[in-house]
Amino acid sequence: MNAFITVATQILLAAEEEGKEIVPGITEGPIVELAWLIFVVPLVASFLIVFFGKLSPFKGWLMAWLSMGFVMVYGTVLLILNWTEGVVYYDQISVGEIGSFVIEWGVAVDGLSIMMYFLVGVVGFLVFTYAKGYMEGDVRYTWFFASFSLFAGGMLILVASPNLIQLIVGWEMVGVASYLLIGHYWEDLENVDAANKAFMVNKVADAGLFLGAIIMAVSVGSFRFNDVIDVVVRGEAGMLSQYAFWAGLLLFIGAMGKSAQFPLHVWLPDAMAGPTPVSALMHAATMVTAGVYLLARLFPFYFSDMFAGDVRDIIIVIGGLTLFLMGFLAITQKDIKKVLAYSTVSQLGYMVAAMGAGAYTAGLFHLFTHAFFKSLLFLGAGSVIHAVHSNSVDDMGGLRKYMPRTFWTFIIGTLALIGIFPFAGFFSKDEILASMKYAGGHGQEIANFILVLGIAGAFVTAFYMTRMVALTFFGEYKGHGEPHESPGIMTWPLIGLSVFAVSAGWLNMPGIFTPFTDWVATRVPLIGLGDHHPESFDIPLILIVTPLALLGIGIGWWLYGKDRDTQAERDSFRIPGLWPLWQNLYYIDDFYMAAIVRPTQGPIARAVLWFDLNIVDGVVNGVGAASQVLARATRWTDEDIVDSVYNGAGAFTEASGSVLRRNFTGRVQQYAAFGFLGVVVFAVLFIIL
Amino acid sequence: MTVVQFTLLATALFSLGLYGVLTRRNAVLILASVELMLAAVNVNLVVFDVYLQDALHAGQIFSLFILAVAAAEVGVGIAIILLIYRNRQSADVDQLKSMRG
Repeated sequence: MNAFITVATQILLAAEEEGKEIVPGITEGPIVELAWLIFVVPLVASFLIVFFGKLSPFKGWLMAWLSMGFVMVYGTVLLILNWTEGVVYYDQISVGEIGSFVIEWGVAVDGLSIMMYFLVGVVGFLVFTYAKGYMEGDVRYTWFFASFSLFAGGMLILVASPNLIQLIVGWEMVGVASYLLIGHYWEDLENVDAANKAFMVNKVADAGLFLGAIIMAVSVGSFRFNDVIDVVVRGEAGMLSQYAFWAGLLLFIGAMGKSAQFPLHVWLPDAMAGPTPVSALMHAATMVTAGVYLLARLFPFYFSDMFAGDVRDIIIVIGGLTLFLMGFLAITQKDIKKVLAYSTVSQLGYMVAAMGAGAYTAGLFHLFTHAFFKSLLFLGAGSVIHAVHSNSVDDMGGLRKYMPRTFWTFIIGTLALIGIFPFAGFFSKDEILASMKYAGGHGQEIANFILVLGIAGAFVTAFYMTRMVALTFFGEYKGHGEPHESPGIMTWPLIGLSVFAVSAGWLNMPGIFTPFTDWVATRVPLIGLGDHHPESFDIPLILIVTPLALLGIGIGWWLYGKDRDTQAERDSFRIPGLWPLWQNLYYIDDFYMAAIVRPTQGPIARAVLWFDLNIVDGVVNGVGAASQVLARATRWTDEDIVDSVYNGAGAFTEASGSVLRRNFTGRVQQYAAFGFLGVVVFAVLFIIL
Repeated sequence: MTVVQFTLLATALFSLGLYGVLTRRNAVLILASVELMLAAVNVNLVVFDVYLQDALHAGQIFSLFILAVAAAEVGVGIAIILLIYRNRQSADVDQLKSMRG
């Protein structure tokens, strides 16, 4: 830590001489020293809800809600302090040792984690508020809020972590909580399968995370991020630089799982089986952001060519493929939540590609803005589902008349996602695309290619979002019953989030107003080093992307929006050739089922059955039979030997007694006569012998 | 007088006593017959003591012990017989068969 601070200070001072003001103002004091409360409070709330939830007011909701309110307030206070003065604080306590490795638990309070505290706090608070309305009357209402608090708490542990071990703990807690929440309606096998799928796919990726963490820890000698970055910043050649490629690649595989990157994205659309508030939080502030967050935490490690620089090419390619390929899948989906899910996968592709291109700030900025408008879109979709009791767009249509608040906030979220000025997505997406131009080095050619994919992705995003809005809110209502606007407790969070969806982008206008860059880059010692963000708006790029997005909206509206003669034909347009490919999700899921799941499931199931029937049953039956034999032997010994000895002794005594008793006549003189006879016999024997 | 005559006397006495013990019905007379047998033994002890010239006169001393024990025995015996008689109004040993097996 001391070495780290020294190097950090030197670099900070050097940077200061260049005219950047970056020296952090707050490095101690109760406000940062108590920051561990941020992740402790939701977890305590979660445990309290498990045990006392049904007794507490609003069946546990209040406790969960208040804990998220606390996180929001604390996160906001830290964010404001970081804005005005700058906050850098790391603290950790040792909880155990493995050999020379110290296992530590602690809290990191720097621009990066403060941004995440704020994000989880604000989005979490609004989603929890919304969830009260959405989950009203649910069978496992209390349990839902217990898992939900655990979910948020796990994510906060993850982002508060100053070392890899605590990150893994938070990582797994998020995984477990997501499993519980996706399988919330476990009465349907489909939902259980979705939960299992999410868990399994994440586990595959987690294997990479574990191995990467181990390689990292062995090469550096510590699990702390700061020690890793310290080695990287000093440019020390050694074990870490030797194994950096593998450590970086394996950690990225971990990030691919949580952040749903191609080809490990398959769990995320299925995770829609959970209640909508879960999807909103999962796709916005928690879980899927974890992978991007990990890449950001170790950004200098990935950025430095001496270390995992080569992995960046893989990262940008994976991100580019994800953003480009997954957007198309959203076009074919009928389920309103799955459209948004593939949209999320695609947007995560943007973030990861940005990280791969070395655009640290841009990637995080898109994470930040995306969290707001994607949670807004999900909550809006939840409001629609709540009204029409169906997920399918076939049961919707014309809802703008019935649900004006949901409609308008949904429009705001859609425009933010498409990236129309002045909504949030415009700024963050533009910054990512602009940053691609500056990837530098040997990665530039790849980055140029990904830039083209990113621009195309903007068009696709506009197209599928327009389709969904047109099918959901325009035309005639096709569902059953009379849809109605959701209650205030659900619409107010929508309005709150739409404020952010509009304004979050203004926090980073290159060359004009860039507090976000200060929070996550300049004021986080060293992590932001090597980040390149454009100094001004890239006007030519905007002139390409925005018209393309508008074109996407136009074509989408032309194909799906106008009123056809019959409502059924509105969703009839099929892009020839590619449609079956997209409809079947590029056959990736089928491929996994055929190539991995079935071949392993079948033999494993058979092997387990065989093992169960032959080995386990054999052992159990063998033990049973052996004890039966033993019992028979014992019974035989007991009944035939022991008993016969006692019975024999008894019978002999009885028999001899009944014989001898005849001698006992009670006549004393007879006895005396016998006695005399005996004496005579003995006397005779004595004489003879 | 030879030792044979004394042993014959002792034998006669013992036989009389044995006869009495085995045939008498009255418990008191059985007791008296037992005394005869003891007396026969005493005679034998004294005779062989003298005959064998025992320096310690163990035979004579042993016969004194027997006399003493016999006296005690008669005392206990008579007491028992009296109690039996008092309970049963009879001292006939043929009727005392409650010990029959």
